[in-house]
Amino acid sequence: MGVLSDDLRHKIMAYIPRYPRKQAVTLPALHLVQDAMRCVPLAAVREIADILDLSPAEVHDTMTFYGFFREEDKPLGRTRLWVCRSLACALRGGDELLEHCSKRLGVPVGCTTDDGKVTLEFAECIGACEGAPAVLVGDTHRMNVTHEVADKLMWDLRSY
Amino acid sequence: MAVFEPVLLRRLGKPNSQSIETYLNDGGYRALEKAITTMTPDDVVQAVKASGLRGRGGAGFPCGLKWTFLPKNHTGPVYLCVNGDESEPCTFNNRVLIEEDPHQFLEGVILASYATKTWVAYIYLRYEYGQCYRTMEKAIAEAYEKGFLGKNIFGKGYDLDCYLHRGAGAYICGEETGLIESLEGKRAWPRIKPPFPAVEGAFRKPTVVNNIETLACVTHIIDRGVDWFKSMGVPPDPKNPRDVGSYGPKLYNISGHVNKPGTVELPMGITVRDLIDKHGGGVWKDRKAKGAIPGGISMGIMTEAEFDTPLDFDGPGKVGCLGLGTGAVTVFDEETSIADVLHNITRFFAHESCGQCTPCREGTGWLHKMADRIRRGQGRREDLDILAEIGNAIGTMPGTTICGLADGAGWPVKNAIKKFRPEFEALIRDGAGTRSRGLALVGAH
Ligand SMILES: Cc1cc2nc3c(=O)[nH]c(=O)nc-3n(C[C@H](O)[C@H](O)[C@H](O)COP(=O)(O)O)c2cc1C
Ligand code: SF4
Ligand code: FES
Repeated sequence: MGVLSDDLRHKIMAYIPRYPRKQAVTLPALHLVQDAMRCVPLAAVREIADILDLSPAEVHDTMTFYGFFREEDKPLGRTRLWVCRSLACALRGGDELLEHCSKRLGVPVGCTTDDGKVTLEFAECIGACEGAPAVLVGDTHRMNVTHEVADKLMWDLRSY
Repeated sequence: MAVFEPVLLRRLGKPNSQSIETYLNDGGYRALEKAITTMTPDDVVQAVKASGLRGRGGAGFPCGLKWTFLPKNHTGPVYLCVNGDESEPCTFNNRVLIEEDPHQFLEGVILASYATKTWVAYIYLRYEYGQCYRTMEKAIAEAYEKGFLGKNIFGKGYDLDCYLHRGAGAYICGEETGLIESLEGKRAWPRIKPPFPAVEGAFRKPTVVNNIETLACVTHIIDRGVDWFKSMGVPPDPKNPRDVGSYGPKLYNISGHVNKPGTVELPMGITVRDLIDKHGGGVWKDRKAKGAIPGGISMGIMTEAEFDTPLDFDGPGKVGCLGLGTGAVTVFDEETSIADVLHNITRFFAHESCGQCTPCREGTGWLHKMADRIRRGQGRREDLDILAEIGNAIGTMPGTTICGLADGAGWPVKNAIKKFRPEFEALIRDGAGTRSRGLALVGAH
């Protein structure tokens, strides 16, 4: 038995016909695994490589290029909260918002709360600059995030 | 002048604007039917070429011309990679286009695919656009159901598949060959060109890479005609033999210190001042602007005195900026320290350089370190000259960097030092640093 469930394996394999080469399924596979497991363990890297006829090193190389994927020693919490720090947000308090969230959650940027519910990260422009400062909750935008809005959001994320 | 009626954003805010039914009711897929049933692929290429449409992704390359670079009489496969990475800071017009009207863009994808005889179109979407992803997933499924994608489209024997591909949070995936490498499942290291993608792109096959807004324009060029497209915008500057004109409608993003940030569609060529005052509600808090970035941070920095510059492909270059870029204007007011702006911009590039080329990897890091120490009040006089020197050299020395990121990283730096030097000098002299010390929380990486 591997670490990938049958369901995950099938979902990964369903991507194969979309591309002329199996290697192109690397990113979709990494996304599927991280979504389900909150990180991509080394054993999963090996199993993805096996499904895609690659060496584990090739999958690992791609995976680590994107700061997005987490290894098993630092899994994501249930929700990833990204606070934008790029120019349009910084001009409207993005850096201060990030600091506020860090204090309120009691974790440094990049880390996960003790209850495993929220991982705080900074983001570069998330393309929601008309609502600066903006954040992403998972992959969904929240705009015009005042400190009060952020407090409510963090409370909600930690209390379900 | 007649009041301009938006075209790309005409369905914005209408109920259910995302659904194929409302799109069809509004005349959607009429252009596709016309193209496939009455035009050859080459007719479509020629129409787009004649329209003067230039790429909206930042480089402004003539779209129809790019399509003609595909090898003649190739036997396929050919791929279309749609660049939906939209990661240039302060830019969000692709997001608005997809969220509000996915089929208008998808129709452009199918038209471009038909014109270039593409077999498979991949839409590469940045991960951060989760809502766009779900909206597009639904739109693509609807288009398959109605027979606009799949086999034998309009019964004319043309087959096309279209897939979404999600990025993973790296700016460099927007560079067209970085995008292709990423699509192939590798690290997004831009390729050395030539060969250009038209000759050898995705999976080593001929490939066209186009931006989302570019393709949305294609839909209307086929629907409304070349003359309509050329009726707006800015004709070539007779004094500049390399200018081929800036035609058509353009989406502009406004953000930063304005009262009404947002997206507007206007004929190409509005000035920064009009954009801010007439469409962005003016500078906030009754302040004056100190400057703005004209089209994403890679394009450099304009001073307030340069705000009468028109935002067409040729305009920003006249005041020392790199170009139109993405048409995303971010304003900063007179209370903002230019050192904070520069610090923020250099931090971005230091974080996003892919690290392949030494001048870019090291240069972006040094630029950031110097900008940071100036902001903290620990700058040295010679730092300004070093900043200007790196800003001028990085990305411009032939053969030393592979892609345009380095050029874009240097531009705001050289603009800032040249245009705001006295402010930097005062900061260094006083040694006080800027008011906003920012965070020691996060470094460059
Ligand atoms: C560092 C870098 C980042 C880029 N990011 C994007 C992007 O996010 N979206 C985009 O459409 N083009 C981007 N481009 C431009 C693409 O390389 C390419 O020119 C464009 O997608 C072509 O499409 P177009 O001709 O329709 O504009 C980027 C270029 C560079 C050098
Ligand atoms: S110029 Fe910079 S971003 Fe572009 S390939 Fe070289 S190191 Fe990477
Ligand atoms: S700068 Fe924060 S969303 Fe664009």
